Amino acid sequence: MPAADLRLPERAGLDVEQIRRDFPILREKVNDNPLVYLDNAATAQKPQVVIDAIQQYYQSYNSNIHRGVHHLSQQATEAYEKARVKAQRLLNAPESREIIFVRSTTEAINLVAQTYGRKHLQAGDEVLISAMEHHSNIVPWQMICQEKEARLRVIPINDKGELLLEEFERLLNERTRVVAVTHVSNALGTINPIEQIIEKAHQYDAVVVIDGAQAAPHMALDVQALDCDFYAFSGHKFYGPTGVGILYGKGDLLDSLPPYQGGGEMILSVSFEKTTYNVVPHKFEAGTPNIVGGIALGAAIDYVNEVGLENIGPYEDELFGYATEQLSQFSELKIIGTAELKASIISFVMDGIHAHDAGTILDQDGIAVRTGHHCAQPVMDHFQVPATSRASFAFYNTKEEVDILVQGIRKVIEVFK
Amino acid sequence: MSHLRDLYQEVILDHSKSPRNFSELCDANRKADGHNPLCGDKVTVYLKLNDGMVEDVSFTGVGCAISTASASLMTQAVKGKSLAAANELFNRFHGLVTGKIDEEQNLGELVVFQGVSEFPVRVKCATLAWHTLQSALEKAEGSISKE
Repeated sequence: MPAADLRLPERAGLDVEQIRRDFPILREKVNDNPLVYLDNAATAQKPQVVIDAIQQYYQSYNSNIHRGVHHLSQQATEAYEKARVKAQRLLNAPESREIIFVRSTTEAINLVAQTYGRKHLQAGDEVLISAMEHHSNIVPWQMICQEKEARLRVIPINDKGELLLEEFERLLNERTRVVAVTHVSNALGTINPIEQIIEKAHQYDAVVVIDGAQAAPHMALDVQALDCDFYAFSGHKFYGPTGVGILYGKGDLLDSLPPYQGGGEMILSVSFEKTTYNVVPHKFEAGTPNIVGGIALGAAIDYVNEVGLENIGPYEDELFGYATEQLSQFSELKIIGTAELKASIISFVMDGIHAHDAGTILDQDGIAVRTGHHCAQPVMDHFQVPATSRASFAFYNTKEEVDILVQGIRKVIEVFK
Repeated sequence: MSHLRDLYQEVILDHSKSPRNFSELCDANRKADGHNPLCGDKVTVYLKLNDGMVEDVSFTGVGCAISTASASLMTQAVKGKSLAAANELFNRFHGLVTGKIDEEQNLGELVVFQGVSEFPVRVKCATLAWHTLQSALEKAEGSISKE
């Protein structure tokens, strides 16, 4: 597998031109224009090393894992388990068994709701989420709360899109069993003060589930320092493939939980009378997993580490600052989500112009932005907008691309003049 | 820009900015809600049917320029038509926006939506109001989700 060809920058920062060469899709044209991909919060593009890892697996060692004694099976098992260790190190989890491979952040949250929730929630208990959650951190809790006659409560946000911490503290009580919040809002870009949230929740012995889908690709994480009970992120937003995600859970907590799904891999022994479950993490990984997905996510983690999250963060911050400044010049445009602390996500609405019309016009110039409710309808309701356009940036984006977006927005305004 | 001008023709922009028949219909005897859960567009179509004829029709809702203009032009197009004629018009309109017919086919002003056929993801915007109309024609009360 060729290593990423990345020259070490002489000073802190990124060699963006070099990085762009690592992502073959960035050479594509859309409607005869160079692709300007600003939909990274939906899914990120994949570097060549990730694409190669996928091809190499199927071409030279495709095999099932944790089963056979034959060579290929051992090779595949080793690569898959190495990826688990890479994810462990990325999150600074104490043990690799605390890393569970799942399909996505969505599945990770469902897993926690269906295991922790099923075991511990009782009638009258409370689950706290926030008003800025993605549907994937709302619906799984609604489902289990309904089943257990528990109460789902919502931490409100202000008009900048920031969590109201005082309200959060008021909502916490002895019946609070779970606090599930997003680290970074996909619709608003808000970075939540999860350290404080975790600390306060633990004072009431509530477990804390962090949706890290939008955070993991952009900032260094340390689940031990955070002391969160669960942390989830998706592979495909982390420059890896779709269909694979990571759930971190504290080891003793995972040990105490019932399995999520039944099947192969998650058992030690099975008879028609009794089944003995496997140990963590295998207890939660029933069936043949997305082997190549896990391995390729490992390659993505290696790649991001080589670029360095310590370089990615400041670069994206600068790009985000520039884009915010450029978009703010339009009196016809309003940014939704103006929190003090934001990741590189800009949601906006335009006077009298629906997001889908803006999106179609931008697409003609090769500019990919997301338009719609971003699977966060309660957020749209809060700001009383039906939909927004969202530009979300990755470390391969450039200021020149921001300028193309700005020109595109001028064209949108012109069409609707 | 040419494709865009095909899509966002003056008539469409005009109807999206100043939609016609855009209000509740007090004496409606049929009503249906249409919703596109993927993009959040919502439309309610009100009908006053009399003896198999669309005596009056109006709509309310929120949506993009294409869906709003389509709803607006639809109300003008079906007013005074029989149920069968309204359904038949929808069939031809559907053919137009999906690129299955490229002739005018007596579509009148609705022909401005021909450009939509170049933008397949926007077909659902142009047809939401029509599907909702159909739902209102078929039953007294109801909500539909399209695509």
